[in-house]
Order: sequence, then structure tokens, then C-alpha cells
Amino acid sequence: MVRSHVVLLGPQRHDPTLKDAVDSLGIRGRIAAVTAGWEEREGEDQELSAHLGGRTVNLHLYGRSEDVHQRDPELLDAIRARHDRLRKLQELYRVRLSHLMEAARELLRRESLPGYAGLIEPEVRGAIDAVKRLDDEHTQRVRETHVEFELRWKPHQREHVARHRRELQQVLDDCSALCVAGGHVAILLDRLRMFGVIDLLREQALVAWSAGAMAMAERVVVFDDRGATGEADPEVLDTGIGAVQRVVVLPHATRRLRCDDRTRIALFARRFQPSLCAALDPRMRMDFRAGEWSAPWGANALSQHGELSPVGAA
Amino acid sequence: MSATSQELESRAQSGPHALDEFLRSNRFPLVDGRTVTFVYIGAADSVHLRHWLHGLPNSLSFQRVGHTPVWRLSIDIPERSRVEYKLEVHRGGHRQLITDPLNENYARDPYGANSVVRGAGYEDPEWARHDPEARLGEIQELEVDSASFGEKRTVLVYLPARYRPTRRYPLLIVHDGPDYLKFAQMRTALDNLIHRLDVQPMVVALTQSSNRLIEYAGDERHARFLAQDLLPALESRYSLVRDPEARCLMGASFGGVASLSTAWRFPGTFGRLLLQSGSFVFTDLGDHDRGPVFDPVVRFMNEFRARPGRPAEHVYLSCGIYEGLIYYNRSIVPLLQSTGMTLRFTEARDGHNWENWRDRLREGLSWLFPGPSLFVYE
Repeated sequence: MVRSHVVLLGPQRHDPTLKDAVDSLGIRGRIAAVTAGWEEREGEDQELSAHLGGRTVNLHLYGRSEDVHQRDPELLDAIRARHDRLRKLQELYRVRLSHLMEAARELLRRESLPGYAGLIEPEVRGAIDAVKRLDDEHTQRVRETHVEFELRWKPHQREHVARHRRELQQVLDDCSALCVAGGHVAILLDRLRMFGVIDLLREQALVAWSAGAMAMAERVVVFDDRGATGEADPEVLDTGIGAVQRVVVLPHATRRLRCDDRTRIALFARRFQPSLCAALDPRMRMDFRAGEWSAPWGANALSQHGELSPVGAA
Repeated sequence: MSATSQELESRAQSGPHALDEFLRSNRFPLVDGRTVTFVYIGAADSVHLRHWLHGLPNSLSFQRVGHTPVWRLSIDIPERSRVEYKLEVHRGGHRQLITDPLNENYARDPYGANSVVRGAGYEDPEWARHDPEARLGEIQELEVDSASFGEKRTVLVYLPARYRPTRRYPLLIVHDGPDYLKFAQMRTALDNLIHRLDVQPMVVALTQSSNRLIEYAGDERHARFLAQDLLPALESRYSLVRDPEARCLMGASFGGVASLSTAWRFPGTFGRLLLQSGSFVFTDLGDHDRGPVFDPVVRFMNEFRARPGRPAEHVYLSCGIYEGLIYYNRSIVPLLQSTGMTLRFTEARDGHNWENWRDRLREGLSWLFPGPSLFVYE
């Protein structure tokens, strides 16, 4: 799906720019908020509400999903089965990915070594293409899992989900914008899907940040070079909402990525090409309108040369 | 000789007042870069350092400083290491093995305590200290009818903060659980690691045995207790992921043997193992020299080596390089790998003690049950 105007922002916790973004869009009315990525802390949105001048209405998607889980055990079992399947798919994908990524990294490292001139580039290209093919296969399997689930269980037509959707529609019809906060990206995406929230929007603007921004893309890529067990290979986790196209959203990129490792950065950028790997650090913003993007406050992207380069600053 | 060691000599020879002042204003042993100076004050015919470091004679002699009651010994130890030791004091034909009276740091293990010296740069892990921001888990008591042992057994169960029955959690079963709580700060570590998203929220069953040297030594009854008594009891009471990959057995020393033996006897039940300084003693030829308590361990290990099967899918194995078990732990690495299990092996500059096992908790648990930090973008 392509929405008319979507704004993606960098993280908001310490240096919020959401109000400036909302003001720049000329939004006057109430603003619906999704904080489901915060899970049990979903309701702790006082700072967000104060930042927007008390105009927010929390959609409580996490709480609503808990209600559905409780009232519709058959659907809960089906959701769990889908979750188990996705988890296994991710595990299998990860096994293949680690070997392909290691091969690609090793070849990229040799690019600068003497004696490989004229030989190495086709090998590098082939290794990266193999990773791309794997990512595509995995994305397709995940997509099929969601489609099968939707066709079999038709969650939006089930009594309790349908009731919540009617309530959400009423709330959204009274709002001028929807803002989607960060948190746990898989949980957020799951709740957005459960209630089909983005499909309930009419002309409202959509502003999202951190995990919220990731969820708006066609594919969700998770990454963390500084986790407890060291560097992890970036993984395609899921299909996203698809409100924006041809972009991989990377919140907190400078904190989570080892930006000093040019090989890793270059591989990241080349792997997801032609999508733009957008590094959405604090105070950054990207606007998407009619299939085009701009970065009115500036943003960085991972370059194929292994750097973070500014893109589209006004 | 290091500067602090030279100062010790000078103060010792200047008289008791100067020496007392030096003792009050320093921590012992004296650590000066890689050089560590051990000090003993008292009447003795000779003083020796007893330790378990490979490559050094296991008894090193102190030198007396002039005619003073001060004895000293300087050796080099690697940075960030922890070395256990005792002092052996000889006097009047008697020999006494004691912890270092000048050192308040001890390394505890299932059999007692030794003094421990911390090499330059070693620090207690920050994640094992109380963090006021971390939400606290809860510990409950569960009584389990054990058909295997024909009695009731009490198990402590750690539930992560915000445990909810509508969610499903992985399960970790810990041998010597109460000791892990007491000596390895495991409750604090779990609270912090879960709070920081390094480790998945999990249910942790903390088991104990009053007869661990028998039950943990590859005893089949113990394996049945875990797999057929405890596991069903936990699954009926708590919301757990019913998948071997979400179940882990953990233990140190004999607890490592018990974990491996249980997974081996019930393949396909526990997908993950966290084995710390496992007492994996085996023999290739002849008998072992570890005493009768190791007989059943050796029998199990020899049987396991002959027919390892594939007891689990992921194994985190760690051992201190300053403990005698390092040989056995290193030796089973290729064997475990040959089964097709995914293995992570870590060697620590440490000994056979709870602090070593505490310090590896973050790495082991986050490797086996990586937390959601990969998925959380605030």
C-alpha cells in the first residue's frame, strides 16, 4: 500500500522532534498514537502526550490484542502456531545466512589485497547476489506464512477483532494524524497487522519513528553490531506494512552499527541495493510523498563504499 | 622487584610501626601491573604458595625479609585474571594450609573457599550488581512429587518481572540453584540481563540435591527426575514454550555432568546446555586418580564418549584455565562438535569457583537465549 504522506523520524526519547514534524504538516486536530511496541508499558505515554500538547489518543493496540487473546483462544492458538513457524523459518534462514555473509565479507576484505585485481569483483558480486537471493526467498516464505494465516483465519472478520476494529475506526475518523512509536518491532508489527490499523486510515498523515518507522517499510531488517554476544548479521525479519517503498530503515544506526568497519557497512548497503539503507539517527527525518522521498532535516544512508553519507539535505 | 614490594621490604626493616602503617594502607596481595606480591606475617620456618596454575610448580616458596616476621613472594600473573591460592605455613614440624589472612577476597566452590588474587584490570561484572532501574523477578517454591526418588523435592522457581500466563517462556533448569543465587548473584544477574534485553525473559527452575556427589554423577534416577517429574510439573504450572529448543539444562562442576548426562539419557528433550567447569573426567587407559566419588562420573563419561549421540542442539561450555578440569573440558570440545551440535567454548583466566561461573553467565545465557535487543528500537 502507498499512502499519500508518510514522515519517518529518528528516535524520540531524548531529543524529540515529533511536535516540529507534526506542526510542519499543519496538523491541528487530535492525533492517534500507537505505542504497542512498548508492550506492557503501552499506557505510559504521558511524555508523548505532553510533547504533543495533550492532543493524543492512544489506540491501546497491545491491550486490545491481549483482550483478543483472552476471548478468542482458537485465534490465539493459531497466532502461536504462526509464531512458531516464523521462529523456525528465521532459525533456518539464519543458518544459511551466516555462511553466505561470511563468504561475502571475506571476499570484500580481499578486494584491496594485491594479486586479486580483475578477479575479485565478479566473485564479490556473486557472493552478495547469493545473500540477496536468500533474503528474497526468506521474505517470500514469511509473506506466504502471513497470507496463509489471513486466508485461513480471517482475523479481521472474527468477532472480537472486528469489534475492536470498529472502535478503532471511530477513533481514527476523529483524528488528523496517526503517530507510531518505537519499541519491539515484531510485537508492534503484529499488533498493527492484527487490527489492520493502517488500512483504517483515510487522509490522515502518518508519522512514525524507530521501530514504528521500520514497520512502515516493505521489509523489516533487524541489526545490532553491539549486542551481548557481539556482532550479529543483519537479518530480514519480516515483511513490513509497505507504507514506504525502496527504503530499509535503520534507527539508531550510529549507535547500533560498527560504522568504523567499512566492509560491514559496504556489504549492508550493497546487499539491500537498490533500496536506500536510511540511517535514522536522532533529529533526522525522511518524508515520503507520491513515491518520492526527501530529507528536509537531513538523513544519512549507508554507502556502497562503506560510509555513512548525508542524503537529500534541504 | 616492584616498587611496592621494595617499599614493603624497607618498611619491614624499619620496625613494627612502619610495617603496620604499610599494612593498613595497602590491599593484599600487592598488585603492581602484572606482578603480584603475596605477603605473610608471622613466625614460620617456611611459607609456600599453593595454587592450581598449569605451568608453574604448584608450591612456590616465600622469602623471608631479613630477620623480620615478614615473608614475601612475587610472581607474574596475566591481567584480568583471578587466581586461587592458599598459604602453606611450616613451623616446628607442623604444616598448616590456610587462606591468606591479609586478603579478604575468597573464591567459593562447592567444596569450600580459597583466597583469590585479582590481576590488574579485573572487575566484578557490572551487570551482576544491583541496578535500581531493573525490574525484579519473583522466586516461588514448587514442591514436586518425584517418582524417581520416591519423595517430594522442593525446587525454587524464578519468574521474570512481569511474568504473564498469556505469554510463553523458555525454561532453564539449574543444578545447585540456591548456590548460584547465593554465590553467583544469579537472581541479580537474571534481573539485569533481562531488563537490559540481553537475555530473553525466562522461567528458571533452581534445583538442589542433598546428595549431589551421587545424584549429579551421571545417576539415571536424577535424569528421570528432571525429565519425567520436574519438567511436567513445571509445564503444568507455568506458561512455557513446549519445544526442546526452549529448554536448557545448566550446571557447574558435577552439575555440568548431571546436565550432560540428563540430556544424553533423554535426547530430544532439552535442546540447550550451559556447562561450566564440568567434571568431565574420563579415562583412556587404566584408572583415574580422582578418588572413588569420580567412579560413576568416569563410567558415564567413557560411555558418553563411546556413544555420544546428539543430546542437544546448542551447547555453551566454559572452563577456567587455572583449574585441573581444563584438560577434560578441552578434550570433549571436538567430541561435542563431532555430534553436529552447535558449540561455543570459552576459556576464562579463572579457577573452579562461583565467581568464574558468575562472570560467564552473561555470555552463556545471551548466546543460548539471546534477548530481544535485536528487535527493540526505542
